[in-house]
Amino acid sequence: MTDTATTTKTEAPRSQWADVWDQFRTHRGAMIGAAFFVFICLLVTFGPMLWTLEPNYIDIRAKNQGPSMAHPFGTDQLGRDTFAQVLAGGRVSLLVGVTAMLLALFLGTLVGVVAGYFKRLDSPLMRLTDLFLALPILPLLLVIIMLFRDTLRAAFGPETGIFILVVSVIGITSWMHTARIVRGDVLSLKEQEFVLAARSIGTPSRRMILRHILPNVMSPIMVSATLGIATAIITESAISFLGLGFPSDFPTWGRLLSDSTNFMTLNPERVIWPGLAISLTVLSVNYIGDGLRDALDPRIRGR
Amino acid sequence: MKMKTILLGAAAAVALSACAARAERGADGHLNIIYWQAASILNPFLSGGTKDTEAASMVIEPLARYDEKGNMVPYLVDEIPTVANGGISEDLTTITWKLSPGILWSDGTPFTSADVVFTAEYCMHPEGGCQQETKFSGVTNVEALDDLTVKITFDSPKPFPYGPFVGVESPIIQAAQFANCIGADAPNCTAENFGPFGTGPFRVTEFKANDVVSYEANPNYRDPAKPAFATVTFKGGGDAASAARAVLETGEFDYAWNLQIDPTILTQMAAGGKGEVVSSFGTSVERLMVNLSNPSADLGDKRSTLEGGPHPFLTDPIVRTALSTAIDRNLLAEVGYGAAGKPTCNVLPAPAIYASTANDACLVQDIAAANAMLDGAGWARGSDGIRAKDGVRLSILYQTSTNAVRQDTQALVKQWWGEIGVETELKNIDAAVFFGGDQSSPDTYQKLFADIEMYTNNFAGTDPEAYMNSWTCGDIPTPANNWLGSNMPRYCNPEYDALAAQMGQTSALDDRAALAKAMNDLLMQEGAMIPLIHRGDVSAHSNTLQGVLMNSRDSELWNIADWSR
Repeated sequence: MTDTATTTKTEAPRSQWADVWDQFRTHRGAMIGAAFFVFICLLVTFGPMLWTLEPNYIDIRAKNQGPSMAHPFGTDQLGRDTFAQVLAGGRVSLLVGVTAMLLALFLGTLVGVVAGYFKRLDSPLMRLTDLFLALPILPLLLVIIMLFRDTLRAAFGPETGIFILVVSVIGITSWMHTARIVRGDVLSLKEQEFVLAARSIGTPSRRMILRHILPNVMSPIMVSATLGIATAIITESAISFLGLGFPSDFPTWGRLLSDSTNFMTLNPERVIWPGLAISLTVLSVNYIGDGLRDALDPRIRGR
Repeated sequence: MKMKTILLGAAAAVALSACAARAERGADGHLNIIYWQAASILNPFLSGGTKDTEAASMVIEPLARYDEKGNMVPYLVDEIPTVANGGISEDLTTITWKLSPGILWSDGTPFTSADVVFTAEYCMHPEGGCQQETKFSGVTNVEALDDLTVKITFDSPKPFPYGPFVGVESPIIQAAQFANCIGADAPNCTAENFGPFGTGPFRVTEFKANDVVSYEANPNYRDPAKPAFATVTFKGGGDAASAARAVLETGEFDYAWNLQIDPTILTQMAAGGKGEVVSSFGTSVERLMVNLSNPSADLGDKRSTLEGGPHPFLTDPIVRTALSTAIDRNLLAEVGYGAAGKPTCNVLPAPAIYASTANDACLVQDIAAANAMLDGAGWARGSDGIRAKDGVRLSILYQTSTNAVRQDTQALVKQWWGEIGVETELKNIDAAVFFGGDQSSPDTYQKLFADIEMYTNNFAGTDPEAYMNSWTCGDIPTPANNWLGSNMPRYCNPEYDALAAQMGQTSALDDRAALAKAMNDLLMQEGAMIPLIHRGDVSAHSNTLQGVLMNSRDSELWNIADWSR
């Protein structure tokens, strides 16, 4: 089992990952989700190279326009191109989502594995997790942003500084669910015979964790990773919607949405585009997570 | 037929009872007011924010107010003192107010001259950090001649002695209540500052800072038939657009203040028919305050103070002129304000006799000229297109309050400044924090921990003397005076101070106008401020609300005692 888990899929046809892929492919929603997510990622990465209008360029004569050839998504109240803004905003939103997810995943896995594996640390770490779960996240975010914005801005410049702040704030406040799930799995794994066998030949804890435990808790981790991206994108949107976070001329999907709400009755499409981008991305990521969960579970696989 | 008679009878009864009710205090029930900038304190002496002074104006009153046309109306006195009626001495150095007899505070104690004298002491205390100190400039003595007579003595002839105790910014507070709050203790008197006793039509029942104020009709108000409303909720928060929507589209609120929103949206909302948009032009100017002191965070406590040293590049007059020249004010007015805004080059655009025409060149945007100016002064473009000289880059942190129109203005200005090689970083701060005056917050407009900030200010009444005093050296906010004061640019010019002093001693109206213009021109030509838009005040009230008289010279709620449904 452990051997197959650590080998890569170059060893196809019958490696574990090939099985996972086969199972994943049968989940229709997950396939559509994955295709859409890849499409969105490619679009926001390479889109601005093809669609060369500056997202922040103001052309006041073209304000409040509906969709046209020159501006496929229309323009905002200052004549900025909405399509270019959605592309630029997507870069930030996705980057924040993925980075914050990685941070949350790292913290969550660390806490979960350590708590599950070392009995003495279990109780304090789980109480810490409870503590973080009990914190009201949004007010906490506002306070943290208030306190550290200026320091980080001075150290890294306005955009990088805020990026670090937003990512770390989201990461720090969303690792708890991963930690709990991972701890549960580690606890049950610890009692299995192969772990006992490994311990009996004197495997040190570090190797036990890296070689035997971690590969076997990959499936819940991957699932919470996909869900984490979705939460991070939404949290970033919420912060931007509240007018905190990035400067006002730095488009993100949440900011675009909040700026457009006032013009909802005038130009409804302005709310629709960023809103659609957020919902579809989150939905597609959720479907990927759903598919991965099914695919990574050997009891479902092959059925 | 019979049905019709009954209905008619019922209608007549309703109409009759409505008429009868009008004469009774509290008969019209509850009034909902929304100020999207929430009130943070109800003591106007400790906050210059309009939302605070107006929230307080329902409770505490000055001796006289300005009406919507700029005329003085007696409130706590029977008549306005003039030279003709003997209230002002022939040599113009004293003014004697005769209080109306029988006025009670909301706690039932009588209102006397001692309260007026105390208010003057309170605001003129050197450690009090009184925000309205300019109202009392030149006052040497305030004394009570008897229980109902107050005499104010000035150090020199005052042609316009109506600074103290007139208008929304100079109300009377109760001596008994604030006795222990004088001087350095002033900001610590939370209970008093959050719930002052007043002579106005309402009294505070609950105050939640930066959120909501609840009032009820003052049982001791001098007119037994007023106010028509029994209770008032003064809600703060949200933004201008949602405030407008709450009055014009959903009808949840009866009155919304300061609707600084995109004119296209406002027109559309007003078409809903639930309410009416009212506006009037006063003296409000949306302006950029240029920080002449160094806001660098490395300076610690000396940040943004004169002791911290001059600003690295905004002290260069050429840079300030170029920044002003690069702005297209006509476009800003059109995009952000519509009919409620006119481009201006003066910080003192009204009343007409004080309006200077010497600076009108700035009405025309000229990017090329601005570029040429900077080139000539040795600010050369670097590889990134940003100008620099002697290692100092023209990089500006530009802050303002969170408001869609202000962010649009920021975006436009940033683009124009980009065209002349100036890098701009935008920052917006929640209005409650920005205008909140909280000593512990680094983001208040008084602290100005940025290079440039944008907001609107104005003055009540018709005489600009106190307003123009705002830019004298003594009115600079510093840690020493609890960051109170309204000289945000930290402008300190002996020449300007001399003009201000001279104005305090000049009586002829034409001479005063010439001085006010000279001061305005000095400020503009030195570039301490970059005025953008002469703004009309725009508010909205529900169609069911009667008696609103939009007033740009005093509190918009100045006649709330007369409002009815």
